[in-house]
Amino acid sequence: MEWLKHWDDQRTENFIGNLLRVGVMLAASVVSFGAILFLHKYWRMPSDYRAFHGEPENFRTLSGIFHEATALHGRGIIQFGLVLLMATPIARVIFSVWAFTAERDRMYVGFTLIVLAVLLYSFLGTGI
Amino acid sequence: MNTLEFTSLVCVGSFVAGLLGSLTGLGGGVVLVPLLTLFFKVDIRYAIGASLVSVIATSSGAAAAYVKEGFSNIRIGMFLEIATTFGALAGAFLATRIPTSAITIVFGVMLLYSAYLSRRPRSQAERNLPMNELATKLKMNGSFPEAGGIRHYNVQNVPTGFGLMFGAGTLSGLLGIGSGAVKVLAMDQAMKIPFKVSTTTSNFMIGVTAAASVGVYLSRGYVDPGLSMPVMLGVLIGSFLGSKILVEAETKWLRIIFSVVIAVLGFQMLYQGIMGRI
Repeated sequence: MEWLKHWDDQRTENFIGNLLRVGVMLAASVVSFGAILFLHKYWRMPSDYRAFHGEPENFRTLSGIFHEATALHGRGIIQFGLVLLMATPIARVIFSVWAFTAERDRMYVGFTLIVLAVLLYSFLGTGI
Repeated sequence: MNTLEFTSLVCVGSFVAGLLGSLTGLGGGVVLVPLLTLFFKVDIRYAIGASLVSVIATSSGAAAAYVKEGFSNIRIGMFLEIATTFGALAGAFLATRIPTSAITIVFGVMLLYSAYLSRRPRSQAERNLPMNELATKLKMNGSFPEAGGIRHYNVQNVPTGFGLMFGAGTLSGLLGIGSGAVKVLAMDQAMKIPFKVSTTTSNFMIGVTAAASVGVYLSRGYVDPGLSMPVMLGVLIGSFLGSKILVEAETKWLRIIFSVVIAVLGFQMLYQGIMGRI
């Protein structure tokens, strides 16, 4: 019985491993594609990050980033790839909710939902 | 410097950081922010944003490999992620409110501490510890495959570990690092979790912890695509390559060299922060 349970966890871990791998590779591909467009257009421009200006609205909000990416702007596509990367751990936590539900582990479903709530608050709550 | 030169140089620097971090097991994230601020003169807020992004990339990439080996403990990870994510939010909240020179000073102290920690011999985890009531209730005790068969372990001091994890999360959110060193310390020293389990579980948690603060950084405009792109790709390729080439003999020297580099960067950050230059 103990071994059976262990195997269950192992299968969950295998799935999570694949999920993380696919997420990172997808994000890296999108970022690379955006990088080509960005560098092709702006490679001659001077680069200066000495002073902090903060990113424009379109690189700060999910809707703005999506808008920039679909307009095929290099920097917008890079930013979209970065958002995919940030979404990978969130997808992992969402999957864990499901996995703990399948194992009927109510306590850990609760814990995982708390973590998920914090993550969603970070991305959707702008009040902080 | 034009954009192509800047991008290439940052990419190479991040590649080396990722490679060394992965080869030595000390993590490359901790040297990224000093590299960007001290050598490339990047504002520390942009540097932290880019560093956090790369931390998610390497953590997820490495966890994908580790998680299948069956060392990491998903329940310990998930429970402690409650502490690290709340901590990360608190850290990101702090980062937007305290002066950058203060962040730089904290960063310097953190680097010196990491360098010190890396020189200390790894403590041997005590075996056959008694079952702890709270840890048992939380289903944290586990087992992992070892040369001599399956090894069982009993987790201890859950509240202390949880508290330390909140601190690790705050540091991660404030400085844009994985703070794996503090995470391993909490699990190794306080909770008496075997080293293999604590390192892999810590790696597993770093991505979620960083994701909890990166949302705040993104909406605050700290994540710049032009800067984050070479950092993320460089670190990712470097750490991937580092995990493929395992040269046991040379790792010891690499660790010494890398920890000296970390210490030097720590003094630099401390100096720049105190002088108010960053």
